[in-house]
Amino acid sequence: MSAVQFHNVTLELGGRTVISNVSVSIAAGEFVGMLGPNGAGKTTLMRAILGLVPAAQGTILVLGRPPARGNPVIGYVPQLRSNAGALRLSGWDFVAAVIDGHRPGLPLLSKNARAAVDRALDLVRARDLAARPLSETSGGERQRLLIAQALVGSPRMLLLDEPLTNLDPHHQQAIVNLVRSVQAELGITILFSSHELNPLLGVLDRVLYLGSRQAALGPVDEVITSPILSRLYGSKIEVIRARGHIFIVSGSHEIEHGPHRHPEAAPSFQRT
Amino acid sequence: MFHYDFMQNAFAAGTIVAVVSSLVGYFLVLRRQTFAGHALAHAGFTGATGAVLVGASPIWGMALMTVAAGIGMGAQNERIAHRDVAIGIVLAFALGLGLLFLHFFTSYATEATALLFGNVLAVDATTVWTLLALGLASLTLLAGISRPLIFASLQPELAEAKGVPLRLYSMLFLAIVALATAECAQIVGVLLVFALMVGPAAAAQALTTKLTSGLLLACLLGLLETWAGITFAFYTDWPTSFWIASLSAAIYAIATLSQGQASRVIGPRRAVATHTNLSA
Repeated sequence: MSAVQFHNVTLELGGRTVISNVSVSIAAGEFVGMLGPNGAGKTTLMRAILGLVPAAQGTILVLGRPPARGNPVIGYVPQLRSNAGALRLSGWDFVAAVIDGHRPGLPLLSKNARAAVDRALDLVRARDLAARPLSETSGGERQRLLIAQALVGSPRMLLLDEPLTNLDPHHQQAIVNLVRSVQAELGITILFSSHELNPLLGVLDRVLYLGSRQAALGPVDEVITSPILSRLYGSKIEVIRARGHIFIVSGSHEIEHGPHRHPEAAPSFQRT
Repeated sequence: MFHYDFMQNAFAAGTIVAVVSSLVGYFLVLRRQTFAGHALAHAGFTGATGAVLVGASPIWGMALMTVAAGIGMGAQNERIAHRDVAIGIVLAFALGLGLLFLHFFTSYATEATALLFGNVLAVDATTVWTLLALGLASLTLLAGISRPLIFASLQPELAEAKGVPLRLYSMLFLAIVALATAECAQIVGVLLVFALMVGPAAAAQALTTKLTSGLLLACLLGLLETWAGITFAFYTDWPTSFWIASLSAAIYAIATLSQGQASRVIGPRRAVATHTNLSA
């Protein structure tokens, strides 16, 4: 059975068509990297899978069922935008907030619930780190706590929304490897959105590239090509492969990297 | 000092209000909505003066007005930019309107001072019962929504995906804050609500990283500041609100300073974290 199936799906956000007539199918147990320029609809697509954005047209199936808010089979790692990072609250309490978080009542945790939090923290090897306040954790450590939080409740699929943003290459690779090992251990499906392709190259089964309201899903070698990316970006794109890295170039500058990258860092060929 | 009725009433009222406002305040600080609490108190001033104008009890006028303002504020979209500006402008308007109401009742100058700065020593037994009823109502409601409220405060996007109606909880919470503000204003007045609602909670969050111990500590600090404030006022004859505000500031300062000390001990680790952030 497919983990996620889009059949002729059109998604709209505030009157703007984000993706139009897209049909893709992600198999259970796959590691799919989702890429595309800002505003291409990566977050909207995840929100559609979560049941937060209805399909304007077409049908979406999540593990064979229509999307529904609060679907327990999906673990979700949103972009950390909230003020939580500045709090002096312990990582453990932060992760534990997800337990029965949708049900009214007092935040009292049963023994089983405490064990579930510890188990999720062990999966991402963050048991020690969880004792510290969030305000004293680094960006990479905070991502591990977010992933632990998403894993509470044993989901069968994990959606990660740009978890590599604002991390340096070393920590990016650590997060990617961590997600890969969690996937291997639990046998779950991964949909991992990112501005950058290279940190994901070693672990991806397939890549889902969004752009110009369209989508291309397939193995990296088939999707990351000049004709397909030129179509998705709506302009002439070149793909350069060097030393196991892939560089996506429009005109004279590399466009794949996110806005947090300095232009002078673009000739990353120097990286070994 | 407990021989006097007014002191018994003051301690009873102070105890109720300290517990309610420090617990509600903990969530207010957690959600970074302290300014909203401050603004609600000002809306309460309008409600109270308006109530006096029509011959009703100020506390009910205040509660009605703050709850209406709280629900209105909570109904706003979370993502509206410059929300502080909107809140500040409504705050100023509310205070101005309150002044107009007072203008029509010039004989109530003492009433105005009491509303602005509180007068816990003038609280009568009826008011203590009113405070108890309002306090129990707001704490019961807070207990009922606390789990989803914490989730929505810490991880709004995830909470939304899990089916938590964010706006509903935002409205319910600000209604609770509004009730607590109206209570708090009886003790320290509308201008000093921050002292009793935000001070103990912020100090507690600086001192402990655990949620439950934070709530308990906020409660204890609130009680300590209130009891000590009333006692000092009794022996010095200086205003209670002055003592409570001063104790609140002092305890907050000590808490943040000791937090700085603790961070210095684990300094090297933080230095590494900062370094990696810079290189990203």
